[in-house]
Order: sequence, then C-alpha cells, then structure tokens
Amino acid sequence: MKRRNFITKGTLGAFSALLGTEIVFGHSIPLGYRPLALQDPDPFKLFQKDSDMIVLNNKPWNIEAKAHLLDDKITPNKFMFIRNNGLIPENVDASDWSLTIDGESVQKSKTYTLAELKSKFPQYTYQLTLECGGNGRSEFNPPAKGNQWTIGAVSCASWTGIRLKDVLEDVGIKEDAVYIGYHAADVHLSRNPEKEPISRGVPIPKALQDETLLAFQMNGKDIPLAHGYPLRLIAGGWPASASGKWVNRLSIRNKVHDGAKMTGTSYRVPCEPVAPGEKVADEDMCIIESMPVKSLITYPKSGAMIKEGQSLHIRGHAWAGELEVSKMEYSIDFGATWTSCTIEKPANRLAWQHFTTKISDFPKKGYYEIWARATDSEGTSQPMLLPGWNPKGYLNNACHRIAIKVV
Amino acid sequence: MSSENEFKQQVRKLYNKLIVAFCMIGIAVFGFIYIVLNPSIFAEKPEKNALISIPNVDGEIKNGIHVATGFIDDEGLTEVIQNCTNCHSSKLVTQNRMTKEGWIATIRWMQETQNLWDLGNQQETIVNYLSTNYAPQKKGRREVLTKVEWYVLED
Repeated sequence: MKRRNFITKGTLGAFSALLGTEIVFGHSIPLGYRPLALQDPDPFKLFQKDSDMIVLNNKPWNIEAKAHLLDDKITPNKFMFIRNNGLIPENVDASDWSLTIDGESVQKSKTYTLAELKSKFPQYTYQLTLECGGNGRSEFNPPAKGNQWTIGAVSCASWTGIRLKDVLEDVGIKEDAVYIGYHAADVHLSRNPEKEPISRGVPIPKALQDETLLAFQMNGKDIPLAHGYPLRLIAGGWPASASGKWVNRLSIRNKVHDGAKMTGTSYRVPCEPVAPGEKVADEDMCIIESMPVKSLITYPKSGAMIKEGQSLHIRGHAWAGELEVSKMEYSIDFGATWTSCTIEKPANRLAWQHFTTKISDFPKKGYYEIWARATDSEGTSQPMLLPGWNPKGYLNNACHRIAIKVV
Repeated sequence: MSSENEFKQQVRKLYNKLIVAFCMIGIAVFGFIYIVLNPSIFAEKPEKNALISIPNVDGEIKNGIHVATGFIDDEGLTEVIQNCTNCHSSKLVTQNRMTKEGWIATIRWMQETQNLWDLGNQQETIVNYLSTNYAPQKKGRREVLTKVEWYVLED
C-alpha cells in the first residue's frame, strides 16, 4: 500500500474502508488529512527531511536537527526544524489562495490573491534566522512542559517574498495601530473549527521592518508545505512562532494581538526574574520579542577523536536576534580561558553569522569539551549555565559544547 | 343493587385510586431523590464521538515498553492511551517530566483550552501512571555530556 499517496488522493471513503470502521464526524477532517493510524510512518520521506533529524512529536509534527546537521551556511529544507502547533492544512491550492487584511486599525479591509501579491509588489530575498522560542527547553529544571527541544530548533534559510510594509502601505493602516496578528489555514488538534492552533503577531514597528516578509519561496523554491506553503509571514530574529505559516489573513490591531498562543504563559517569560519552579501570574508574564545571543558549533560532530599534535578546525554559526554578533570565542578548559574565533559579518540584517577557527593547543591527551560563546553588539554574552528559569522553558541560550578526545 | 353494595364498591374504587396515587407519589419521590443524588444523569454527555475513534491499541509490549506508543507498561497504560493519544502524539507525553501537581495542572489546561473531556474516575489512575513513570529527574545547572558517539576525525 502506497501510504504516501494519501496526501493527495486520500478520501474519507478510502480511510473508512481501510480502517474497517466508520470515521465518526469524518466530515470535520481536513480533506486529505490522514488519521494517525494511516499516517506515513516515515516522516523523513514525508517532509523530505534527513533521516538523522529527531522527531519529537508526530501529532502535531515537531522535528529538530542536531548541531552537526546545521553546518550549511544557508539551511536546506532537509535540515530545517519543524514546529507545528496544529495539523498541517491539506489540499492547499496556491492558485486559489488569498490574503485578507482586516482589523480595527485598517483603513478599509482588503483581499489580495496570491498572484496579485506576487505581481503588484517588489520582491526581496533575505537570509533570516528563525529560532523556536522553546529551543533548549529540555535542559530546564524543574522541567517545563511541551516539546523537549535540545538545540536544533533553529535555521537560517533564504526567504523570498514581498515586504509586509509595502502591503500595509497599500491597504492603509490607522494611526492607532499597535500590532498585527496573523490567521492561518492550519487545523486545531481537537479539530474544532472554532479554535485556531496558533495566531500570533508582532508590534507595528517590527511589521514595518525591511526584512519582515510575506514569503512564498524558501531557498529559491516554493516553500515546502510543512514550512507554510504557499504564504508565510517571516519575522526574523524573533521567536519563530511570530512567523506564521499558511497565512491567509492579517489583522491590524489597535491593541496587542490576543490570538491563540499570544496570551497567558505562551511565548512569554516573567517580566521580573523568578526562582526556579516559582509560580508566576499571567499578568506578570511579558511577551518575548528579540531572541537572545546564541551560537552553535556545527563542525565537527561531537565525539571526534583526534591524534595528539593534530589541530582541530571548528566552525559554526552565531546569531543575536535583532542585534549583530560582535565577538565569538571558544574555550577548551571549561571556560577558564577563552580565545577569539573569526566571525563573518551577516549576509544581511537578521541572518546568522559564521565563525571558524583552528585549535592547535591541546596540552595533552585526554577528554576535552569545546565550548563556544558569542557576544552581541551590546556586549551581552551567552551564559555557560542555564539562563533564568521560566515556567515554559523559553530562551535557553546557554553555551553549546561538543566532546573531543585527544588520543 | 343494594345501597350497601354500592357503598362497598365506591369504597373499593376509592381505595384503588388511593393505592395508585400513593404509588405514583412514591415513584415521584424516589425519582426526585435519585436525581438529587445523581445530578449528572441530565448533564450533557461528553462528545467523545467528535473524535476519530481508531482502535490503534496494538497490545505488543517489548522490554516493558508498549511498542505502538512508546509508553512504559504499567497500571493505567490503557487509560492513558485511550484518553491522551486521540488528540496528540504519545511522544508529547513521554518526553515530558512532571510532578503529580504538574500533570493535574496540564490536564486542567487541556480541559480548559484544548477540548479534553472530564476524565471522571479514570483521572486518578492516569495521574498516578504519569507521575510515577514520567516524574522529574534531578539535574544540575548543566548536565554532563552523555551518549557521546566517539569516532576518529580524519584531518
């Protein structure tokens, strides 16, 4: 049985026949969506991902990379993490796709077809770093609930699209506009059509940045379905949840957007630092905006054994949300001493930067850890320990390290 | 027909009517008490049918792990499969670690925001299963690197 065919050819009848049971309330299943029992057992083929990627969750799909898989300067699809909150929309028809701009603070609500957006506005391409706000969550103690991301929920692909600010200018927004909120075609896990899996947004100043795109291409091709085909909002340097996939409506709000996962503890951290495990009231939680400075050693893969006297080339990427990385260092003695690496300028604002160096001063045989530490343009560095605990386990930017043996 | 017989008949009729009336009052009172004691019988039943019911519970257990879901085999396994994996993957459970209070809070959150039904008398079994098998572990501020796969790096 070719299960993959169900993506395009699946019908309710076929499901029912295969399961030998009627699918109750089957009419509310998104067309083409395969019930769990029929889902492709091989997500790597399903999403064209490398088989070394780690599946954290298959309902909804959440897949992350390992550090050494992120070695490319521009992240290819096969190594790009997937963080979904709901079910991927099926039977997406790009030729029939439209984007509606509405909300309290829009001059007049307006709808564009995807073709109109592509032809009417100039197109731009930027490399943009997208990192899940919960990347690194698995290290927090006491543990925070949710997908237990390690380090691989980050990517920097090349995104092509139109500037959101050009569209907002064409529509006309009122002076009292403070936020935008996106709405999308994905389906809530409960399959309740009244519920949105996620509906977040960004403040107007972020929406009006040059690099904030309504993207339709990733790495020069149509965006893969799992990453938001055919239209995705991209707000680089902020929690990737602000970069809504499958976007079909944007609301211009006269208040902070209050969509799903914008309120309560979602993508929020305590406004004031708290002790590990402390309960924090919703009103004392503040929305995460720019992501903190961070870096990743992508070569070599952890566990490398080298001969005594052999030097070790390392390389990786560093990023700092809205800021730039100004300094990159490594340590082979658990942070007792630090040595500078070469760090490149970003390809464009909000792109990650590449660092490289050669380490040839291992004093003797034995076990070493290579620690990497980035410093942003405001002088803030990554912590070696876990940063401030928070209830949902966001913003872990602790230094990355790999294990090395000199034998 | 004598008036005596007529009187007897009337008394009998009245007696029958009284018996019927008492019976009806008795049933009504019993019914009322039953409803007062069991207010849930008129409450709307949770719409479990609104979900796709797929009998995905393949019972194979290997090395103490339920193969189809990855759950640890323990008391409450069936209840957890039935109540948790309809909406989300078992992986969302098995990768988490929470205390009893934490698991209860998560269940409450799912009930308030994610359409999870009332778990009724299965809740205790489920919470016990989760807080026993998926409890927090002690960790330092930074754990040592483990599971390193050593390989020879050619230069």
